[in-house]
Amino acid sequence: MDSLGTPHPFSGKLIIVEGIDGSGKSTQLQLAMRYLESRGYPVFFTEWNSADLVKAVTKKGKKKMTLTPMTFSLLHATDFAHRLINNILPPLKAGMIVLADRYVYTAFARDVVRGCDPTWVRRVYNFAPRPDLALYFNVPIDVSCSRILSGRAQLKDYEAGMDLKLAPDKESSFKIFQSRILTEYEKIRHEYGLVEIDATHSIGDQQQLVRKLMDQALVDYHPDETTPFHPGYLQPEIAVEQDFGDEPPPLVPRGGGGGTPDAGDEAQEDML
Amino acid sequence: MNRFRYYRHHMPYLPADSCSGKLLVIEGTDGTGRSTQAAMLKEWLELQGYGVIETGWTRSKLVGQAITDAKQGHSLNRLTYALMYATDLADRMEYQIIPALKSGFIVLGDRYIYTAIARGIVRGADPEWLRDLYGFAVVPDLVCYLQLSVKELIPRVLATGRMNYWESGMDMNYGDDLYDSFVSYQGALIEQFDRMADEYNNFVTLDAREEPEVTQKRLRRAVTAYLESGTVSTERGIGRS
Repeated sequence: MDSLGTPHPFSGKLIIVEGIDGSGKSTQLQLAMRYLESRGYPVFFTEWNSADLVKAVTKKGKKKMTLTPMTFSLLHATDFAHRLINNILPPLKAGMIVLADRYVYTAFARDVVRGCDPTWVRRVYNFAPRPDLALYFNVPIDVSCSRILSGRAQLKDYEAGMDLKLAPDKESSFKIFQSRILTEYEKIRHEYGLVEIDATHSIGDQQQLVRKLMDQALVDYHPDETTPFHPGYLQPEIAVEQDFGDEPPPLVPRGGGGGTPDAGDEAQEDML
Repeated sequence: MNRFRYYRHHMPYLPADSCSGKLLVIEGTDGTGRSTQAAMLKEWLELQGYGVIETGWTRSKLVGQAITDAKQGHSLNRLTYALMYATDLADRMEYQIIPALKSGFIVLGDRYIYTAIARGIVRGADPEWLRDLYGFAVVPDLVCYLQLSVKELIPRVLATGRMNYWESGMDMNYGDDLYDSFVSYQGALIEQFDRMADEYNNFVTLDAREEPEVTQKRLRRAVTAYLESGTVSTERGIGRS
């Protein structure tokens, strides 16, 4: 299975943005969302680290500073998997445009800076669908830091990478941490073909380019198509190889796939 | 000085050096008497003068309780299930297992990555993905696999109480009959264990059909053989079913 290396089979489109804190990626994604909605497309927005499965654990671990690079990475992976199953795949299968503020590449950059093995992190996340368009907002470290440090009351410990003991104070630690993340992003950009956008340009100029790239990525997009059932993707591939009786156990969970917005009865049947 | 080995991927900030302890693992499905055997073995090893630390799934401080809660709410799927168990293992690996191995303890694992891999495969996750995910695990010096067939397992599980939701793989929707689901699920798990026992040369397969004392004798013989010679004995189990 190499889900990140092969195009996904769904009728929806997955568009993601990446970049360090203060690169302006969230602003650009919000503006792009307005644009897509104004064109009448069904759009679904999701962001990194918003599921609730392991929220309490992560919070407690951060507070007590007991998270290690590995457990930090795995908790976020668990959270992402939960969000993928519950929030990202359903709209993607239903034919919507899913906009993600940060994606797996955030983990590739951050967890490796924390000390995880680069190959391991990439393999762990290799259940995520490959984006149809991945934008990387590249910004020099000084620009992003001045944006962040002027706009925010206080940095949090893990956000500043204080667990890495890079510097005694949060501000210096943050700068070193972010510049290392920038180095990792550079590798990832080449490896996975992220489209680079110069985030020092004006918001308007950047947005013009973003919209052009989105139009290109959406040329073959048909918002009224839903995805037929794909037994191979996130479904049991080799559930049971033994014969347990006359009737093989069903590979599809009973009870069905839930509602799909804008899907007619025929499409509903296809999903089950 | 001995070194330990990572299964597939290393933790770069924890180099695999200077390890004087041993990692012994007891594997087997639910109902093989595995935990009883582990407790008896620990007592016996301590009698010999070894320092022993026991470890097992969901015993991490970080996520042990969260896994139990999530399982009660049935809110896990095959990915999150595997990932949460990996988090549990990582926490124990760094705070318990590796420090104990470096200090010369015998770490006794009541189930290990092989259980997690078998469960994941049976739930339909990609086998290679699972092996990568748990790839940061320290390779055990010896894995004692307590082997029983499903048929022999059923009366034991029934005698200890009742078949539970997860042990019966009810989340897999084999059907709504607990017994049938148990047979399908545990059968598939045993198949995976048997395969791994064939594949890995640190496995010794032990026939677990007889009284606990007899199984314990076999277990001690295998452990003694390893501790004395550093090699894994070739005791045969009950064979592939």
